[in-house]
Amino acid sequence: MTETATHKPQPPSGGSGKRQTRSRADRHYVNRRGAELLKEQRSARGRRQRRIEERLREASQARLVRARFTKHRLATASLILLAALYGIALFADFVAPYDKLQRFDDAQYTAPTRVHLMDQQGNWHRPFIYETRNELNQETFQYEQKVPEEAQRYPIKLFVKTEPYKLAGVVSMEHRLFGTEGRPVFLLGSDHLGRDLFSRLVHASRVSLLIGLGGVALSFVLGVVLGGISGYFGGLADSVIQRLIDFLISIPLIPLWMALSAAIPQGWSGIQTYFAITLILSLVGWTGLARVVRGKVMSLREEDYVTAARISSAGHLSIIRRHLLPGVTSFLVVHVTLAIPGMILGETTLSFLGLGISAPDVSWGTLLQQAQDVTVVANYPWLLAPAAFLVFAVVLFNFVGDGLRDAADPYSR
Amino acid sequence: MARFVLRRLLMLIPFLFLISVVSFAVIQLPPGDFVDTYVRNLEVQGGTVNQGQRAAIEAQYGLDRPVYIQYGIWVKHIAQGDFGNSFLYDRPVGDILKERVPRTVGIALAAMLLTWVIAVPIGIYSALRQYSVWDHLFTFISFVGLAVPGFLLALVLMYVVYEKTGWLVTGMFSPEYRAAPWSVAKFVDMLKNLWLPLLVLAVTSAAGVIRVLRASLLDEVKKQYVTTARSKGMPEWKLVMRYPVRIAINPLISTIGWMLPALVGGEVVVSKVLNIPTTGPVLLEAILSQDMYLTGALVMILSALTVIGTLASDVLLAVVDPRIRYE
Repeated sequence: MTETATHKPQPPSGGSGKRQTRSRADRHYVNRRGAELLKEQRSARGRRQRRIEERLREASQARLVRARFTKHRLATASLILLAALYGIALFADFVAPYDKLQRFDDAQYTAPTRVHLMDQQGNWHRPFIYETRNELNQETFQYEQKVPEEAQRYPIKLFVKTEPYKLAGVVSMEHRLFGTEGRPVFLLGSDHLGRDLFSRLVHASRVSLLIGLGGVALSFVLGVVLGGISGYFGGLADSVIQRLIDFLISIPLIPLWMALSAAIPQGWSGIQTYFAITLILSLVGWTGLARVVRGKVMSLREEDYVTAARISSAGHLSIIRRHLLPGVTSFLVVHVTLAIPGMILGETTLSFLGLGISAPDVSWGTLLQQAQDVTVVANYPWLLAPAAFLVFAVVLFNFVGDGLRDAADPYSR
Repeated sequence: MARFVLRRLLMLIPFLFLISVVSFAVIQLPPGDFVDTYVRNLEVQGGTVNQGQRAAIEAQYGLDRPVYIQYGIWVKHIAQGDFGNSFLYDRPVGDILKERVPRTVGIALAAMLLTWVIAVPIGIYSALRQYSVWDHLFTFISFVGLAVPGFLLALVLMYVVYEKTGWLVTGMFSPEYRAAPWSVAKFVDMLKNLWLPLLVLAVTSAAGVIRVLRASLLDEVKKQYVTTARSKGMPEWKLVMRYPVRIAINPLISTIGWMLPALVGGEVVVSKVLNIPTTGPVLLEAILSQDMYLTGALVMILSALTVIGTLASDVLLAVVDPRIRYE
């Protein structure tokens, strides 16, 4: 649906031209109602109203959808937060204070570092952390982190200089968003090897969030092509594709995913495994999309403008591309948004079971692997932090998809 | 009606065929054939396999023949009840299936019932008191329920229970009952251990059911016959329960179609987390150690049972709902 405003709306009557030619007749009581209308039209409110109406008349479908979407406050907020999440994922090297594999000595299973604003003497400072010492609690016989008296302060600085790295493997940089000097800061604690969980989480979100996009992109192509063929041509092709979809959605997905991921050779590099997982996830993910496309295409196929195109000897391909697909775009966008969280959850589940992304690469699922043992979680509950990120991202996607669905439906309200 | 059922049963044949093909592909896909794995496993255990033994195994499974003949041999053996041998457990795969599959099926079905027990009252309430505080709360919870994967919910609940009571919910039976014969006490003990996985599975699938039920009931209570009955002075509670709810509950049978695959799949993962001796842990171990006969058989049995269950629900729906035409 491109922006084609074919006719400009008539300029509203009572514009500036009329003001000079106002005659005595305007003041006649019969015309008083007309005068009132005129006055209202000239008032600021009236003008604004008119401008909005004008714009609405010219607005493209995409614009209308956008306008309706922004009215949905929860969805808009979710979209902004999602964009922020993806921003963090893209600039993971910059946002994370440390590398995902950097280990710190004597920092195994460190609890999240407490960030202070006030020192022991009661003076306010910029955010800083204290040095801590491991002390044995005589009652519980567990090591606890204690801040010694007269402890040294380590301020958290923005844009600290670190060893050089390549942002997203391309841009050479040597600054990071924040960090401390002399003592590591573990915002979300550290794992069994003394690696910063926050940094790992930020790096993991790159894999986990992008695998959703990749999987959806692939199933998008499959879904549109197969759904389009099924809906447009009907007949045997339709029956075959429909039965295939029936089959795919009636078998339990997770065992199949698990079995398929066993076929990924263990010697494959991170990127190769990543694409293999994406492929596995989208192998079944296209079915829902294909159903939506098929239904829409089937109903659009009977429209007059399609018949007109066919009579003017347009080819099948051009009819599908130019006349049918634009009609289903909004539904596709909605469906894709709602399909992404499924992909993310799928990857997380596989990686959690040890069948997906494997070390040294990290994803939310591999991070959660450490939390498999409840006794470990009980001692180091911060290991569950990736779960919060996961649920957060998925809920955001669901809210955005819900808002889009309401906005994209031309018959809503 | 009979023709409808017959048609459905006929449709089962290509489905089962496809399932067997997919499962066979699962066996074939990993690099190297399973004889390599078998030999390697034996050697790890200190045994040796000479060339003759190797050739014998290959001939037994027809590995020297083309793939489609291998498939034929595999299917023929299965039709005779022989699923091959598991290298991992050194037992016939059929025995493992016999032991584990009924538990998975039982848990999935129990979880389905529990899903309805949770979802139906909530769905009815949400629809009748649309936009009330509780409706919003349930909507929110079901949104979150859709976002939380089963394994995570299991993990968190396990952690919470462990923190609060110091009791680790794991396995199907407490140690003292594991080898004991069935008794009331053993059954109670099983319920004590199984409530958590059942709850996890039910909560994750209840979200969708609540949405479906709420939407269909909202459509139904706006219909004229409801107004008519109300204007005749029928008590509200009786009215709602007797007509709209009965109609709105029908589509629930058709939700079996997507609930069952999700439950079976979820059961596999949740069982792994909670260490319940069903197909889940076996499947994972079989995959990790490339015990491909076991993997293929498990994928096949789980898929086949799910497909049969789905088709059964179709037939059930046709029996219950006279509006469905048998076509």
